[in-house]
Amino acid sequence: MSGARIWTLHLALLAALFAMQWVLSPYHATNLARIMVLALFASGYNLAFGYTGLLSLGHALYLAAGMYAGSLPAWHFGLSGGWVLLLGTAGGTAMAALTGLFALRTRGVAFMIVTLMFAQTGHLALLYFRRWTGGDEGFTLPAASRVILGADLSQTGARYMLAFLLFAAGMLLTLALVRSRLGRVMRALRENEERCRMLGYNPFVGKLAVLSLSGAYAGAAGASYALLFGYAGGSFATIQYSILPLLYTLTGGAGTVAGPLFGTGAIFYLSDLAADLTSAWAFVVGLALVVVILFAPQGLLGMVRTRFWRSLP
Amino acid sequence: MGLGPMLLLALMEGLVLAAVLALAASGLSLVFGVMRVVNVAHGAFFMLGAVAAYVVAAWLGGPRWAGFLAALAMAPLAVALLAMLADILILRRIAHAPEATIVATIGLMYMIEQGTLTLFGPDARAVAAPFDFRLQLPWFGYSGYKLFVVLAAVVLLLALWWLMARSKAGLVMRATQLDPDVARAFGINVDRVYSGVFAFGAALAAIAGVLIVPIQQAHYLMGASTLLLSFIVVIIGGLGSLPGTLLAALVIGLSDGIISMFWSPTLAKIIATLLVTLVLVFRPQGLFGASRA
Amino acid sequence: MKLLEARGLSRHFGGLRAVDGVDFELVPGEIHALIGPNGAGKTTLVSLLSGRLTPDSGQILLAGEDITKLPAHRRVRRGIAYTFQITSVFTELSVLDNVALAVQGGGARIGLFGDRLADTVAAALTRVGLIGHRADLAGALSYGHQRILEVAMGLALNPRLLILDEPTQGLAAGEITGFKTLLRGLVPEMTILLIEHNMDVVMELADRITVLQAGRVLARGTPVEVGANPAVQKAYLGA
Repeated sequence: MSGARIWTLHLALLAALFAMQWVLSPYHATNLARIMVLALFASGYNLAFGYTGLLSLGHALYLAAGMYAGSLPAWHFGLSGGWVLLLGTAGGTAMAALTGLFALRTRGVAFMIVTLMFAQTGHLALLYFRRWTGGDEGFTLPAASRVILGADLSQTGARYMLAFLLFAAGMLLTLALVRSRLGRVMRALRENEERCRMLGYNPFVGKLAVLSLSGAYAGAAGASYALLFGYAGGSFATIQYSILPLLYTLTGGAGTVAGPLFGTGAIFYLSDLAADLTSAWAFVVGLALVVVILFAPQGLLGMVRTRFWRSLP
Repeated sequence: MGLGPMLLLALMEGLVLAAVLALAASGLSLVFGVMRVVNVAHGAFFMLGAVAAYVVAAWLGGPRWAGFLAALAMAPLAVALLAMLADILILRRIAHAPEATIVATIGLMYMIEQGTLTLFGPDARAVAAPFDFRLQLPWFGYSGYKLFVVLAAVVLLLALWWLMARSKAGLVMRATQLDPDVARAFGINVDRVYSGVFAFGAALAAIAGVLIVPIQQAHYLMGASTLLLSFIVVIIGGLGSLPGTLLAALVIGLSDGIISMFWSPTLAKIIATLLVTLVLVFRPQGLFGASRA
Repeated sequence: MKLLEARGLSRHFGGLRAVDGVDFELVPGEIHALIGPNGAGKTTLVSLLSGRLTPDSGQILLAGEDITKLPAHRRVRRGIAYTFQITSVFTELSVLDNVALAVQGGGARIGLFGDRLADTVAAALTRVGLIGHRADLAGALSYGHQRILEVAMGLALNPRLLILDEPTQGLAAGEITGFKTLLRGLVPEMTILLIEHNMDVVMELADRITVLQAGRVLARGTPVEVGANPAVQKAYLGA
């Protein structure tokens, strides 16, 4: 598949996504906005896990870092939406870089546990300093903060647009990245780190760069989630939000560009369906994880890639 | 109460935690040592042990010690069976690949927790201790049952050591741990050993759950903190090393007891987590694990 | 001037002295073979030179510069390329990607776009005769071709010193002949250090040979000198 075709395909996907806002009812449009923000989070996770092989169980920390880095100033000092987004993205990136400095000195199982523990610490810190952070209950964002460039983000239309723009930017950046030289290095790191070292690369620096970028996506997702739905809370720092991006990525296809979108959508609607039938939402998540890893470890787009389009990025 | 007695109380509480933690963490360490996989559902097995104890005691009725003894016998067995099924149906099918096993056991953990929530509800359930003896010290009274827990843990851990070091089953497990392919060549059914070890690890966690339930109450989310602490203990002690696990459990349990008594438990957890992470980063083999340098 | 100089290199693992006080040197443009029985310390020595292992004692100089403390990936950028004893191409990437990684790594900075990269990669592949396979997955190549790809990656790093660890192992006779021709064409622009068990290749190609045994240098010299050395004959060549 040539480069032009790949880009056209992905741009067409985005165009369809863009058009959906006029086709769907406000309820489903809002759902899709939520899905796109979560898919942005999952896309960042995919960069670290799907392409570079970093199995992190601590991405909730970066999501929450973005959410709080953006929302706390808004709550305490009253900042506009643009600042929330900017600060949130920076917060996620910084947190990922900082924890990465330590965590990336380990590999495999140890890395998984270290990232898990960092995230646990983050959640505990949120609780401990509840006077400033609002603890588990969280806080709502002032209405004045939920405005970007004049658009009121509590309105469905504006909400959809922001979610779409952020997701589209993230997905296109991912596409450019994985087809670039850095993308090649990422995949090589996943397969054989020692070989990369003997080809002149510093694996630590490479992995740190990827993890930080992953944190940027997570931070943007966290901040925009707060902007779109007007609320920041400690639950976003719990392990659930470290497991979800893993599930979304696996289901959609780890190591594919559009996989996270499909994975997030699939799991979101599956949970929605399950919530109608039973209150045991987490059971569905658990079952989905087991089913996916047993029967479809490549995920939706991964299977498409193996069967039909070998060069699907 | 003066500082001295408070310290003593903190140490005794820490000892109880260390005892239960040592049991639970041994199960995790055993599974990693022999099978080379991380079982994220380990905390869920611990919780199931506690819940099963509640069920058995409530269903049997009669004198408390009878219910407790029955629970101690039956709960680990039931949990072991469940674990064995999970290994045969799921883990074997993914050939115990490390990453896939982590994902699968995460899924298992969620299913077990939610299943328990659905069947038993969100409330914590109390189970009465099998006996009411209180040790009367000059400064405070202390529950005799808690002392029994420590004793029981010591006995069980000694039995575990004997099993691993002196019995044929232990020999088979250690052979499989050293080299599964060679073990297979010697006629050891590695798949069956794995299922057995996985079940045994779960049983250890379940026993720990049964022992703690008269102290702590059964709740569907109680596995989470035990899981994290078990991870911490096993990593610091060195993955796959039982002596290291025991020592680390002692250290963690005692310090948690002391810090929780004098400072906020949340702060204690923050500090503990950060310290452990740093240990892991700079000395990844833990205290006793084989150095991989 | 010497390209590489190692003085008093030592490295042990627990009680085992894998490399024990080895002095070693390379002259620019030579093909130098490193031979010795299994366990003699050849791969350990070469790992010390390439930076994969740190020495317990000793010094390494590259063109007069002390690189003893320099990490492996920096030595690559200084011009030392190492190809692995066990083939370590990236099986999930294409042949083209494999070589591109090497070209990128050997000094070219990582950028997001570029055509000069494509040309350099094509040139490297043509030189080893793999240009027709450039779109294939490296994992799908025959063993012999993977070995050659491994060498191509080493070449693409544009090194001053190319270290080959048992490169002809597992190759068919015809492939070995082609390999010898390839190596001959690389010097004297490049210097080659070769670990080999295949004595024909060693005797035909090497300008000088160093013989290792139990972590120490047993003998050093031209193929004729080494072949005539009685200690070497006893220990290794099985005279």
